[in-house]
Amino acid sequence: MLIYTLRRLASAVPTVFVIITLTFFMIRMAPGGPFDLERPIDPLIMANLNRAYNLDAPLWSQYLTYLSNLLHGDLGPSFTKRDFSVNDLFAVGLPVSILLGSLALLVAVVLGTILGAWAAIRQNSGVDYAVVGLATFGITTPNFVVAPLLSLLFGVVLGWLPAGGWSNANPAYWVLPIVTLALPQVAVIARLVRGSTIEALRSNHVRTARAYGLPTRVVVGVHALRAAMLPAVSYLGPTAAGLLTGSVVVETIFGIPGIGRYFVQGALGRDYTLVMGTVVVIAIFVIFFNLVVDLVYAWLDPRVRYD
Amino acid sequence: MEPGMEAVLKVRGLRVEFETNDGRVEAVKGIDLDVMPGETVAIVGESGSGKSQTTMAIMGLLASNGKASGSALYRGREMLGLPDRALNGIRGEKITMIFQEPMTSLDPLYRIGAQLAEPLRFHRGLSKAAARPRIVELLRLVGIPEPERRIDAYPHELSGGQRQRVMIAMALACDPDVLIADEPTTALDVTVQAQILELLASLQQRLGMAIVFITHDLGIVQRFADRVYVMRRGEVVESGPTAALFARPEHPYTRMLLAAEPEGTKPAPPADAKELMAGDDVKVIFRIGGGLFSAAHEIRAVDGVSVHLREGQTIGIVGESGSGKSTLGRALLRLLPSEGRIAYLGRPLDPDPAAMRPLRSELQLVFQDPFGSLSPRMTIGRIITEGLLIHRPGLSARERDRLAGEALAEVGLEPAMRNRYPHEFSGGQRQRIAIARAMILKPRVIVLDEPTSALDRSVQKQVVELLRELQARHGLSYLFISHDLAVVRAVSDYIIVMKSGRIVEEGPTEAIFDRPQQAYTRTLMAAALDTKRFREAAE
Repeated sequence: MLIYTLRRLASAVPTVFVIITLTFFMIRMAPGGPFDLERPIDPLIMANLNRAYNLDAPLWSQYLTYLSNLLHGDLGPSFTKRDFSVNDLFAVGLPVSILLGSLALLVAVVLGTILGAWAAIRQNSGVDYAVVGLATFGITTPNFVVAPLLSLLFGVVLGWLPAGGWSNANPAYWVLPIVTLALPQVAVIARLVRGSTIEALRSNHVRTARAYGLPTRVVVGVHALRAAMLPAVSYLGPTAAGLLTGSVVVETIFGIPGIGRYFVQGALGRDYTLVMGTVVVIAIFVIFFNLVVDLVYAWLDPRVRYD
Repeated sequence: MEPGMEAVLKVRGLRVEFETNDGRVEAVKGIDLDVMPGETVAIVGESGSGKSQTTMAIMGLLASNGKASGSALYRGREMLGLPDRALNGIRGEKITMIFQEPMTSLDPLYRIGAQLAEPLRFHRGLSKAAARPRIVELLRLVGIPEPERRIDAYPHELSGGQRQRVMIAMALACDPDVLIADEPTTALDVTVQAQILELLASLQQRLGMAIVFITHDLGIVQRFADRVYVMRRGEVVESGPTAALFARPEHPYTRMLLAAEPEGTKPAPPADAKELMAGDDVKVIFRIGGGLFSAAHEIRAVDGVSVHLREGQTIGIVGESGSGKSTLGRALLRLLPSEGRIAYLGRPLDPDPAAMRPLRSELQLVFQDPFGSLSPRMTIGRIITEGLLIHRPGLSARERDRLAGEALAEVGLEPAMRNRYPHEFSGGQRQRIAIARAMILKPRVIVLDEPTSALDRSVQKQVVELLRELQARHGLSYLFISHDLAVVRAVSDYIIVMKSGRIVEEGPTEAIFDRPQQAYTRTLMAAALDTKRFREAAE
């Protein structure tokens, strides 16, 4: 298992390298540059800017410079956010995104599993219909609708929670963004767990557990649910990576200093280093969580063993 | 059944109904059943007779759309309608159960020790650690080698027979009064089957529990049970002591079941019959895995087998699962890549699929699974005539339709049935349809891969008779692959016994059955055809 993990980590290096290379050249192929404004800038100033940011060097040389900086952990200066390096931006934004994302993930997994399993046990009852209905609602309602509604209801009308803004110290600011992020994931996980639990409850080994007079909590909790978690675990890999790297919609609506918005801002502003930095971070998260999923999978299911 | 003795399990007027989309289905229609302490009661019937649902109802294990009524008393205590919590005081402790599917009846995610500990934990209040010595003892009792080590194995690390032994160990954990065995050996090879039944018989003698044995196999009943209940369509049609029931069956259905054992023999074709198909030193080797870091693993599924099939001949290929018999059948038809020489009518068969195509109409294959091998979205007529589209492309739709009707009539079905879909047919009818699909192409050789294994005995007999008839009428040659020695004996004139990809023994049917030379063949025969009581064998 250790060898497998190390091998997977080693194979991640070329993957990240390919992603960096492709992104680097693709973003450069997009027309325009970081310093293009609506009014044309004086060519002399533009040339100076380009020289200051090393943009006048040949592309391959810029690429090598970027790679070498990256090896030293330097994501480079931001082009549009003057006086900030991408490292500075991420140092502030990434912890916020990770905090929000991991809490949303936790809520989604716990709530989704409980709701899904509950609906499965009471299949075709009111509970089941309610969960399935809620899940459909959660999946179909976009977060740019949910976020303002929550903000309006709990922030403005009821005044229970801050309508927006951010504080690292005050969890009251975290609640609405977490709910917004978690809602669609709760819905998907509940549906997945419901489906696989229904299947697991009909399986022969659950029949055995029942025939041997085991209490219902053991039959469901020990024998059905572990098998039923497997599809949800597969789904969680990419989802976790997505949640932990922030959401542009949620961050914008609630005014949260996460890193999700940098992806859009960087791409629109041709902030090459910011785009690259975001891509690198997301790629690492995706690869990491896929590895975690595979390891969790093997731990849950002894028939899956890597080595 | 001795008078005056109190039945440990007493069932009266048991009904089981299922609420389905097609309305209410009555699976069990008011049956009475008594199980005395320490006796073995067999419930016999074909598929759909309600024999399994009877015990499921008693154990409170019916599917959620099922409902049981009537009465089932365990030592005077009503079990029907008990809430799970109360029922759990009986099931798993006083009454235990083993199932037909040893491969899936254990939870694949937990070690067998942990699963065996559960009944002891919940019924006897033992801790995991305290249960461990008892579990090792149980595993030793059911004949698992190295129980101290095997206790930590996962189910997938055990064979089917070993898993069924583990299930038996679980059933015995709390010293039950009644052990319900629902077709416990049907999914196992014959030799393993015999071992499991001997084990059950000897355990019963030592531990004294009653056994309720559900089966479709009358051979097992005769060797195993004290009393028999014969079920048909949800009703008990006849019951009584085993010996009396087998000697003087009263109900026509019982007589039919007893007569359904395949019988008859097949004479060998004339000595000058032409050789149709020849395989010499055929090898099928599967290479598994193999990458940068690991060497490829080689499995020799068929390892140097020679077969010569003559016109009008039926060669029976017997062996247990994993012996390579099905693989051999497919390799001979060039459906699998193989080494060695394979010839049809003296000409070597080209492994290239395009070159094989014109010959495919003469070399047909019928599969075991009559449910999976017919496309559920096509009518029977289209399924049967699909081959004609390739082999006789000039035919008009009208002519194809006529041929479909003829083919159906040939296999004993109504030609009008060709507009129906597979799900409207029973297993036996579907197997007839599969045979019709082969016959319409006028084949000369048919490889029959376990064509009767998924069918009830009485239906099996009909299919065997159909195959004989078709052979006589059209001079067909069969390669009959089966693990069922009784059927093979009835249809084949030559037998090949396979084990681990090799031929152990071969020869004319009579010689093989009357004078088996090899120990393995004798074991197979004994397991399948012995009539000695298991209890005597266990002693």
